[in-house]
Amino acid sequence: MSDRLWNSPEPDGAYDVVIVGGGGHGIATAYYLAKNHGITNVAVLEKGWLAGGNMARNTTIIRSNYLWDESAGIYEHALKLWEGLEDELGYDLLFSQRGVLNLAHSLQDVRDGVRRVNANRLNGVDAEWLDPAQVKEVCPIVETSPDVRYPVLGATYQPRGGIAKHDYVAWGYARAASALGVHFVEHCEVTGLEVSGGRVRAVETTRGRIAAGRVALSAAGHSSVVAGMAGVRLPVQSHTLQALVSDLLEPVHPTVVMSNAVHVYVSQAHKGELVMGAGIDAANSYRRRGAFHIIERQMAAALELFPCFARAHVLRTWGGVVDVSPDASPIVGLTPVDGLYVNCGWGTGGFKATPGVGWCYAHTIATGEPHPLNAPFTLDRFTTGALVDEHGAAAVAH
Amino acid sequence: MLLIPCPWCGPRDEAEFHYGGQAHVAYPADPAALTDEEWARYLFFRDNPMGPFSERWNHTSGCRRWFTVTRDTTTNAITPETSR
Repeated sequence: MSDRLWNSPEPDGAYDVVIVGGGGHGIATAYYLAKNHGITNVAVLEKGWLAGGNMARNTTIIRSNYLWDESAGIYEHALKLWEGLEDELGYDLLFSQRGVLNLAHSLQDVRDGVRRVNANRLNGVDAEWLDPAQVKEVCPIVETSPDVRYPVLGATYQPRGGIAKHDYVAWGYARAASALGVHFVEHCEVTGLEVSGGRVRAVETTRGRIAAGRVALSAAGHSSVVAGMAGVRLPVQSHTLQALVSDLLEPVHPTVVMSNAVHVYVSQAHKGELVMGAGIDAANSYRRRGAFHIIERQMAAALELFPCFARAHVLRTWGGVVDVSPDASPIVGLTPVDGLYVNCGWGTGGFKATPGVGWCYAHTIATGEPHPLNAPFTLDRFTTGALVDEHGAAAVAH
Repeated sequence: MLLIPCPWCGPRDEAEFHYGGQAHVAYPADPAALTDEEWARYLFFRDNPMGPFSERWNHTSGCRRWFTVTRDTTTNAITPETSR
């Protein structure tokens, strides 16, 4: 135990709270249940190894410059937590506020960007509108000449945005939660949810039955599968999302650049790899391998923005399974089953929210009521019509 | 890249197609009669199985016609559906 960051014990027969899914969100939720609410009889069940799903596969971009008030609320809460997280956890996360640029390539992009900057400022989120010359100052390697196919007409800039080392985030949270008494049970797949009298009673797993006072789902791309075990249908679709890294390069890229129109997002990891991602593979899938033409388009987009990458090599590509909701906003809150909670629908952008969703989801589980910041993200908004439609503003690139 | 069997043009690369999601979702016969719950189910809720999935594709770069196949979302194995 002493040389390990978290304990990985045999599961007990019963817990106050069982969290299904040991990714970033599940781990952070366990930490805040213990830290903020004093609930420490908690197990996080993970079918693989801890944080080996999308937490190990994302492109680590952190920002809070979303258009709508509801989104700005939860993502900005997350960003504020990120800003103190290394001290909070006593663990180095390589959190780097190197800024995030969202490029505009058309008049409509410019209008949308300026509108989003103004909306961000009204919500207390740092945001600036940059002209092409200012974009060049922030990131000298971006192609800003006017005679390319998709010229850069400007960009939104969030200086407080940036990146963090995804593995360290999971490990830091798991270490701190473990010290507070949380059990992380790995290689333990949930195969059934026991519901009687309208209330969840236990989970069936590959390592036996575990009774649970409350069950909190946090299974990302597999949310439909586990929720279905309790008869709960979710309005999400699972897709493969791919990413890639280049070979190790000298520091050339000082910030994070995203472009919805040319469609790629690029940063450079501390170690030196260029980290790139783009959109989902179109067809529903539970496969962690996508199609090569998606990678090909993404690299073509990167070369359009960064001609100096022409001689870089692809070192590695991979995929994860993401759950996309109809309005590109998450679903965090209660379900029709008492004691069963759901956190899903983060699609391609869940990493940045890790501290914020952990905080709010823990509140929801502990009190039985949504935290004000996740109250807009209910499952029943698809019935009431109160959608948080981020598709136009944020859905394409995260 | 998937090799998708267009019933009219034969097997073609995935890049020639546009995805249409779950098949056999009928427009409600009398939309005005639906409750909010029923309308939400029609509009936003689709099956998301881990396994065989009946889905629509449009051969946008070929014959431009819609058709249905069954594809396994864990293996990508595709079976044409005779009903089209």
